[in-house]
Amino acid sequence: MNSEFPLWEVFIRSHGGLNHKHVGSLHAADADMALENARDVYTRRQEGVSIWVVPSEAITASDPEDSDPFFEPAKDKIYRHPTFYKVPDNVKHM
Amino acid sequence: MSHQVELEERFQARIDAEQKIEPKDWMPDAYRKTLVRQISQHAHSEIVGMLPEGNWITRAPSLRRKVALLAKVQDEAGHGLYLYAAAETLGVSRDELYDELHTGKAKYSSIFNYPTLSWADIGAVGWLVDGAAIMNQVPLCKCSFGPYARAMVRVCKEESFHQRQGFEIMMTLSHGSPAQKQMAQDALNRWWWPSLMMFGPNDDASPHSAQSMKWKIKRYSNDDLRQKFVDVMVEQAEVLELTIPDPDIKWNEERGHYDFGEINWEEFHNIIRGNGPCNKERLAARKDAWDQGLWVREAATAYAAKRKKKAS
Ligand SMILES: [Fe+2]
Ligand SMILES: [Fe+2]
Repeated sequence: MNSEFPLWEVFIRSHGGLNHKHVGSLHAADADMALENARDVYTRRQEGVSIWVVPSEAITASDPEDSDPFFEPAKDKIYRHPTFYKVPDNVKHM
Repeated sequence: MSHQVELEERFQARIDAEQKIEPKDWMPDAYRKTLVRQISQHAHSEIVGMLPEGNWITRAPSLRRKVALLAKVQDEAGHGLYLYAAAETLGVSRDELYDELHTGKAKYSSIFNYPTLSWADIGAVGWLVDGAAIMNQVPLCKCSFGPYARAMVRVCKEESFHQRQGFEIMMTLSHGSPAQKQMAQDALNRWWWPSLMMFGPNDDASPHSAQSMKWKIKRYSNDDLRQKFVDVMVEQAEVLELTIPDPDIKWNEERGHYDFGEINWEEFHNIIRGNGPCNKERLAARKDAWDQGLWVREAATAYAAKRKKKAS
């Protein structure tokens, strides 16, 4: 018997000005009920000012098996960092 | 070197380097199985754990006590949900987990098979049972499996009020009338030994502990955690002016710990086998709640389907 409600991923903005952060997941029949359930499960102590719920099946994730080649392109590009560039010590505010 | 051995060695190297394992990462089957069993048992314990305390919500002696107990029991429901969600990331379904609980196949903490006979038991449960749970759960915040560790961080943040409200109840009773003090002592007498059993069998009788430690699911042995609990509780009982029901409790200068008496493991195993004072009652209450909620779940599904249809 499969009586399960669909699975939702819950993201919470803890304070104004911060980004939403993944906090966990829950089962609910639809998006509205998922939101109310997320409020009761994840913000019982005012942990958030905004909640997103996203159907878990709508998320596409990178594959940990391939993470080395997948993130490879950024590995040798140290020139994307400020410390790559030489600036004389007496230059201020840079 | 076979591919399997290589994978296992790389896995262990990640664990040794304190890296977190995430659900989609490769992991040995036995690691997955151990975690599913442990996390789901933990989840079941949170859910069944609501029953002995729920029993007293309508009879709490004041509004202050009532809102606190209600909030605590709500938290335990939340803990169960965080944990079920963590277990599900390992590829088991919620239905399977519920089914294992309801058919008696899955275990939950033996402590919840004892009855809460008086209001003082709510104090003793918060102080001792949540106290023991905290001892067990704090090291789990550093467990090698990411979703379990993260769930534990949330749980531990919420637990500390549980223990404090229990201690406050005990403090009020033990410093009240002689009859109230007797009630508190009686609750301590009944909950002390079962609380010590919450840490599980002695280390030499706990065959899977070594593997769990190697995988960094577990950080301290059962006996180490139990000792830590006794050391803390002996001193808190003094503040309460209550007597721990163990004549063997004595400070051991050499060890730097309190010695304590032998646990009745016969009683522990009997409860695990399903023969505790409340095993049947707890499981029946849980199943009833699930069965009687069926129409609500069906209505929610029907409502969602209807709204979806209207919107399209
Ligand atoms: Fe809990
Ligand atoms: Fe608790």
